[in-house]
Amino acid sequence: MFTAFLIKYAEIGVKGKNRYLFEDALVKQIKYALKKCEGSFAVRKTDGRIYVDAMSEFDFDETVANLQKVFGISGICPVVYVEDEGFEKLGETVVKYIDDVYPDKHKTFKVAARRARKNYPLNSMEINMEMGGIILDAYPEMSVDVHHPDILLNIEIRDKVYIYSEIIPGPGGMPVGTGGKAMLLLSGGIDSPVAGWMIAKRGVKIDAVYFHAPPYTSERAKQKVVDLARKVAAYTGPIYLHIINFTDIQLYIYDKCPHDELTIIMRRYMMRIAEHIAKETECLGLITGESIGQVASQTMHSLMATNEVCELPVYRPLIGFDKMDIVDISEKIDTYETSILPYEDCCTIFVAKHPVTKPNLNIIRKHEKNLYEKIDELVQTALDTDELIIVQ
Amino acid sequence: MEVYLDNSATTRCFDEVAQLMHKIMCEDYGNPSSMHHKGVEAEQYLRYAKETLARILKVNEKEILFTSGGTESDNIALIGTAMANHRRGRHLITTQIEHPAILQTMSYLEDQGFEVTYLPVDHEGRISLEDLERAIRPDTILVSIMHTNNEIGSLQPLAEAGALIKKCNPRTLFHVDAVQGFGKFRIYPNKMHIDMLSVSGHKIHGPKGVGFLYIKEGSKVNPIMYGGGQQKGMRSGTENVPGIAGLAKAAEMVYENLDRDMQRMYGLRDMLIRGVSRIEDVKVNGCSGSEAAAHIVSLSVRGVRSEVLLHALEERGIYVSAGSACASNKPQTSATLKAIGVEKDLLDSTIRFSFSVFTTEEEIQYTIQALCEMIPMLRRYTRH
Repeated sequence: MFTAFLIKYAEIGVKGKNRYLFEDALVKQIKYALKKCEGSFAVRKTDGRIYVDAMSEFDFDETVANLQKVFGISGICPVVYVEDEGFEKLGETVVKYIDDVYPDKHKTFKVAARRARKNYPLNSMEINMEMGGIILDAYPEMSVDVHHPDILLNIEIRDKVYIYSEIIPGPGGMPVGTGGKAMLLLSGGIDSPVAGWMIAKRGVKIDAVYFHAPPYTSERAKQKVVDLARKVAAYTGPIYLHIINFTDIQLYIYDKCPHDELTIIMRRYMMRIAEHIAKETECLGLITGESIGQVASQTMHSLMATNEVCELPVYRPLIGFDKMDIVDISEKIDTYETSILPYEDCCTIFVAKHPVTKPNLNIIRKHEKNLYEKIDELVQTALDTDELIIVQ
Repeated sequence: MEVYLDNSATTRCFDEVAQLMHKIMCEDYGNPSSMHHKGVEAEQYLRYAKETLARILKVNEKEILFTSGGTESDNIALIGTAMANHRRGRHLITTQIEHPAILQTMSYLEDQGFEVTYLPVDHEGRISLEDLERAIRPDTILVSIMHTNNEIGSLQPLAEAGALIKKCNPRTLFHVDAVQGFGKFRIYPNKMHIDMLSVSGHKIHGPKGVGFLYIKEGSKVNPIMYGGGQQKGMRSGTENVPGIAGLAKAAEMVYENLDRDMQRMYGLRDMLIRGVSRIEDVKVNGCSGSEAAAHIVSLSVRGVRSEVLLHALEERGIYVSAGSACASNKPQTSATLKAIGVEKDLLDSTIRFSFSVFTTEEEIQYTIQALCEMIPMLRRYTRH
C-alpha cells in the first residue's frame, strides 16, 4: 500500500545556514543505505523535507530496517499519496487507508491537516472537521481525542495529497560525514564497537585500528574484529580498519618492564600508534570504549596515564556507563553476539594477576625508559606492516 | 614450507578421487532412481562403490548403507537401534572417550528415557573387558565402542569385546565408530562380532559430506530419515553419487598399500616422539608402540597454552590441532584427556599431530626443529 516514506529529522532542522549541508549528507547516507535493499528508490528534498519514493516493488520491512540505521533520521513515516481529485474522493481514500492500517477500529484519532497549496478550496481547520466527520460516519467505533489520540492522521495538501499516521522511530543523531573523522581503537570486546557507534551517531566518520598479537591471538580473533567492524559499518558506512601486529612490542615490554605495569605501558603504546595513524589519515580524535573503573587499566589514574601520551582529544563516550547499559546498546546494534565469542585479544594474554590500579606517572615514565633502545624501531615496523582492510 | 599435520580433522582429497567426482558431477550426473540410461549409469557407480567397500570389510554389499558421514552413521546406529529395540531393553553401553557424535547422541537418548553406562578407560585410553562384562545386562540393546580414539590414537580390544558381548547377551548389538580406524587398519566385522561400523569419507582422502554405516544383515535398526525410500527405505534422499564414488575410490587407494604405508607412518610417529623427548616437560599422552594408531600423537607441553603453540606452529606453516579439533571452536576441555587422567594443568596445553600418507620424514624433522626452538621461547612469556 505504501509507496513512499517521509523522513523526519530532528536536529538538522536547527542548523541555520549550514542546514543544506546536513540535509545533503543525510540524503547521501539514505541513498547508501537503500542500495542494500531490494528494489529501486528515489530520494528527494522538497519543501524542506526528505522523501523516499519507491520506484519499483520493494520489501517494506527490509527498507525500514535499513533506514533505521541511518543516523540523522528521527522518524520514518510510511506515506500514501494520491492525486488531488476533490475532497469527496479524498474522503474515500482516507476511509480505506484507516481500514488497511488499523484493522481494530476501537481507537481515538485526530486529523491534522496542513494546506501547503493555498488554493485548495478548504482551509486546514475545515479539512480537520470535515474529514473527522467522514471517518466517524464510516467507523462509529472510533472517537475523536484532540489531546492524546491513538492515531494522528496527517493530511498534507501539496502538489499531491499526502496521508500518513505512523512514525517509526529512527536512530536519531546526525548524518555521518558532517562531523569530521575519528580513529576508533577497536578490540574484540563489547565496549569499543558501542563507543564507535555512539560517536558515529553524532555525524562522525569512523576509521578503526586493531592490535593483534599472533601467535598469542588467533586469526579467528582478527576475523571477529572484522565482523564487528562490519556490524558498525552498517550504520556508519565503510570503515577503514588498520590491523597492527603488536606482538614484538608486547614481548619487548614484557622483557623490560615490571609485569604489573605491562597493561598500562602497552596501552600507552597502543594510543601512540593509533594517534600516529589518526594524524596521517586526517582524523580529529581517538575513540575508546573505556568506562571509569571497569578494569585496572580504566581507573582514573590509569586513564590519566594512557591519556597523557596523546595530543589529539580522546573521546570516551562510555565513560560514565555501567556494563549493563553498554550491553543493552550492543544488543540493540547487534554486536553483542559477536563480541562474546571466546577468543583472546592482546589485552588479556599476558595480563598480570594484580596489575597496578593507581599507576604513578613518574614511575611509568621511568620504566618506559628501559624500552628506549629498541622501541622506536619496533613501533616503526608495526606501522610499516599496517594491514588495511576496508570493511563495509 | 607447508606441513599439514591435522589429518584426523580432515585430509587432502586424492587427485584421482577429485577427478572421478568431477566427471560424475559434470558428465554422469543422473539420479540413480531415474529409469533412463543416465540413471542406470549413475546406479552403476553406487553398485561399484558398494562392491568395493564390501570387499574391503569382507562383508556382503547389501550391508553397506551410505550416509552423509561419520556423525550421521553414528546417529543411525544409536538412535535407529534404540528405536527398533526399546521394547526389549532400554540400556546402552559406551565409553567415556567417544567422539561427540556418540556422546551427544547418547545424551539425547538419556533424555528420551534410555539408560547409558559409560565405561572408564585406563591412562592409555583403553577400556577393561572386566568392566564391559559387568556392564552388560539382559536389557542391554547396544554396545558402542570406538575403534581408534581421535585425540590420542588409543585402540580398543574390539575382537575380544565383540566375543564377550555375544557371550553375555547374544541379542546385544555391537557398534564400532571406526571413523579414525578405517583406512588405517584391516577391520573385518564378521571376525570381530561387529554388527555396525561407522566410516567417514574425508578422513581417508575422500570427500566431505559422505560416509557409510555397515549394518550386519538381520540387525534390527530403524531409519531416522524418511522420504523417497532410497537405500531400501533405510536412508531416504537421493544418493550422493559423486561423494559415494569418491569415498569408494579413496578406500580402494588407501587399502592398496596399507601395510607399507602404516609401517612408514609408525616410523614417522616414533621419529616425532623421539624428537620431542629432548624437550623438557613434554609428555606423550596415551600409549605408543603398536598398541596405538600410527597417525596420531598427542603431546602435553607444560607452561604453553595449546592455542598459542598451535598458532606459533602455524606461523611456520605447520598445521596441528589443539586437543581434538573435530568439535566446534569453543574452547572446552576434552573428555578423552580427562578420562585418561591428564593433569588439570596440562589439559589446556595439549596439541595433536596427525599424519597421512602424504606426510614425509622431512616434514617431521622440520616440525621437531620448530618445536625445539619455539617451546622454550613461548615458555618465557606467560601470565603470572
